[in-house]
Amino acid sequence: MNRFVASILCAAIVLIAGAGAASAMTIEKIVSPAGIEAWLVREKAVPLITLNYAFLGGASQDEPDKAGTAHLAADLLDEGAGDLDGKLFHERMENHAIELGFQVGRDYFHGSLRVLNEYRDEAFGLLRLALSSPRFDADAIERVRGQELATLQRDTTSPNDLAGRRWWQTAFPNHPYGRDTKGTLETMSRVKADDLRNYVRRVFARNDLKVSIVGDVDPQTAGTLIDRAFGALPEKNDLKPVADATPKGLGRRIVIDVDVPQAVVTFGGQGIARNDPDFMAAYIVNHILGGGSFSSRLYREVREKRGLAYGVNTGLVWFKNAAVVLGGTATRADRTADALSVIEQEIKRMAAEGPAADELEAAKSFLKGTYALSLDTSGKIAVQLTQIQIDNLGIDYIQRRSALIDAVTLEDAKRVARRLYGGGMLVTVAGRPKGLTSSETLE
Amino acid sequence: MLSKINFAAITLVAALSASPLAAEQAGPEIANSTLANGVELVVIPDHRAPVVTHMIWYKVGAADETPGKSGLAHFLEHLMFKGTAKNPAGKFSQVVARMGGQENAFTAQDYTGYYQRTPSEQLKTVMDFEADRMTGLQLTDEVVLPERNVILEEQNQRVGNNPRARLGEQIDAALYLNNPYGKPVIGWRHEMEQLSRDDAIGFYRRFYAPNNAVVVIAGDVEPAQARALAEETYGKIPPHAARAPRIRPQEPPPVAARSLTLADARVEMPVLQRSYLTPSFATGKRGESEALEVLAHILGNGSNSRLYRALAVDKQVAVSADAWYDSSALDMTKFTISGSPRPGVALPQLEAEMDAVIAQIIDKGITNEELERTKTRLIADAVYAQDNQASMARWYGTALTTGGTVNDVRHWPDRIRAVTADQVKDAAQQWLDKRRSVTGYLIKDVSPRAEKRS
Repeated sequence: MNRFVASILCAAIVLIAGAGAASAMTIEKIVSPAGIEAWLVREKAVPLITLNYAFLGGASQDEPDKAGTAHLAADLLDEGAGDLDGKLFHERMENHAIELGFQVGRDYFHGSLRVLNEYRDEAFGLLRLALSSPRFDADAIERVRGQELATLQRDTTSPNDLAGRRWWQTAFPNHPYGRDTKGTLETMSRVKADDLRNYVRRVFARNDLKVSIVGDVDPQTAGTLIDRAFGALPEKNDLKPVADATPKGLGRRIVIDVDVPQAVVTFGGQGIARNDPDFMAAYIVNHILGGGSFSSRLYREVREKRGLAYGVNTGLVWFKNAAVVLGGTATRADRTADALSVIEQEIKRMAAEGPAADELEAAKSFLKGTYALSLDTSGKIAVQLTQIQIDNLGIDYIQRRSALIDAVTLEDAKRVARRLYGGGMLVTVAGRPKGLTSSETLE
Repeated sequence: MLSKINFAAITLVAALSASPLAAEQAGPEIANSTLANGVELVVIPDHRAPVVTHMIWYKVGAADETPGKSGLAHFLEHLMFKGTAKNPAGKFSQVVARMGGQENAFTAQDYTGYYQRTPSEQLKTVMDFEADRMTGLQLTDEVVLPERNVILEEQNQRVGNNPRARLGEQIDAALYLNNPYGKPVIGWRHEMEQLSRDDAIGFYRRFYAPNNAVVVIAGDVEPAQARALAEETYGKIPPHAARAPRIRPQEPPPVAARSLTLADARVEMPVLQRSYLTPSFATGKRGESEALEVLAHILGNGSNSRLYRALAVDKQVAVSADAWYDSSALDMTKFTISGSPRPGVALPQLEAEMDAVIAQIIDKGITNEELERTKTRLIADAVYAQDNQASMARWYGTALTTGGTVNDVRHWPDRIRAVTADQVKDAAQQWLDKRRSVTGYLIKDVSPRAEKRS
């Protein structure tokens, strides 16, 4: 198998550009001898290889009464596989400074690998073992589950966790997105070894697999490495369907009592799908309202002018079957009501008036320029390529992105602001905010 | 989160150690020079992407505050975003945002840093702004007072809402009998509440000067070009009179093991944490801090570490067990071990098992296999670091503001390679002496008062 040449289907030369300077990065679409497609960026400057990949089928595949199954499986993949018990497996990794990461999202199981060039065969071999023959030994399960339960127990008094979990539960009742990927004390306790095996068997397959590889490696070698890691997996996954959903409880406020000096607030509403034609306009409008820089409206009003919080932000979150806009802040108990009313006012103002022309221009300029900063390490490039594949944006997306941003007009932005922020928000608050109560009796 | 400070992360990076480049590894050529007015310049070329990371590090941190003014170094860091005579409040941030740049700042015990990550052709612009605010800061109560509320909220978010962070503060306060490292970087609330505009301006005029600054530029730039830009911007600022060496009250030899218990109604996962007073790279004898780095790794990094194997796997008394050591400090630093018990295991029992693991390493030392595996891992970190210009800049900046040089950082892998098993055993014997330590318990407060409150 190692002798076949990986065929190159197509390649995109991408210009990563700042305002003036630009440097080229070539993304090659390759197909491994076993037929697995991957995106490759050849980078010779640093003697390492970074792999990033994703299997469709994350925590949304958990049985409701066994939420946390996928998360526990991810935790256990390097705790013994094939002939190697956990101790030996870790020794093999450490002897060659091999890094394997496994992480569960709601829709996808995400993995990463980083290794020095000289140890790449060993690294991809270990990954193959972890994915295709994890042991799930009883003692390892109980030990790792014990860690998970301790963390879940700790989180029962964490205001961030309380506010976040309640938001998702309320927005998506009886839906996989309403459950935390880590599960609960009760559901995590119920997971059996067979559930873990079952999850791996159903999800780790070659269809619906997205692979990105960055490093000093040619397409043929990359194909060989990819087959080494994924070639032993079954051809097809066996997934439960996930229903489309929209967030519920908009307009409600829920206060969760916990004795902390600072109340933690989560707020959010209906978002926008990644493939919606208005996505880019929404992305820009969100940046203006509460995106990640020191210039958003919420930052200015809540933090800079009034000193009500250290941080306040909003972001778009999109899944395969739902999308939300989600924000958060944390503020002292006697001013929580003030902070919330400022936030609500700004959301209303944005829905009613949209952004100003100069705000729109500034946001476009930021979003175009900042992209290069998310492509300046091998690890970041690999993550971006996998996400572009997941979002089905095409191998030339990086090239097209600036034009997509430029195409958004002020009218688009105003229309989408109304669409995004006009529908009301669900608000959860954990703490003892003075004068704030739940807007209706719950539980 | 929008954070204008991240000292937790800084400590963590430093604990992973100042891990950069092996001299003989094919890393970038690093240029190091000093301008006539005393600005030290480090340039780390990386031309893979057309972006640059520009950082200025001032050799001043929380440990340089006057007693009674805790939190001032960090408060000033926030206020540095409030504008100058030339560039009114918000202008710098707006310009950085326009170009798609990222910016932030951070404060630690020994340094305060500011950075921008931008397209490479914008380097001159951010250097102009940064040079301007080295001396041009203007503050009014109108911006100072709301910002004081912001740092109080930051204290709540980082510490008040987080029992584990409260434990860390108490351990540090007990560990340092004389040195200012015992005060939290964020400050004590009762002192933070009183910090004024005049405090901030006084601190600024005293410490912000070219001959107290290190500029680190990593990314798509050539050393000669960076040097020319530095001359044009920072080079024009007159220096302060020769600066006095940074000498702070030093620790007396520790003679008594100390212990403390913090009870908090919100604790659902008890914690045992112990810090030992140990040499840093700057205060230690040759090879000492490297041996401590190797020791920390073998003792408590990863699932094959001594502590995790013994406590979580074999004895099954813990759900977690870790050790870390922060070599980057001007004064004596700390070596910390930490763990959380399994349900039903009391903290004294966990402590006894931890003591047994430490006694064994003091008595028998480490195996060659452990030593080799650890060296491979630590040295590989130096190669992995080359992939990230921002981490490279951070490592060099940390070293240069905590008593190290560019060469110290470059040769770090060689020094790790030279560590012997005997040195590690000696380090354990000499420094993991309980009399040098503070042991903290974090437990649930179940007193009637606490129950009524929660």
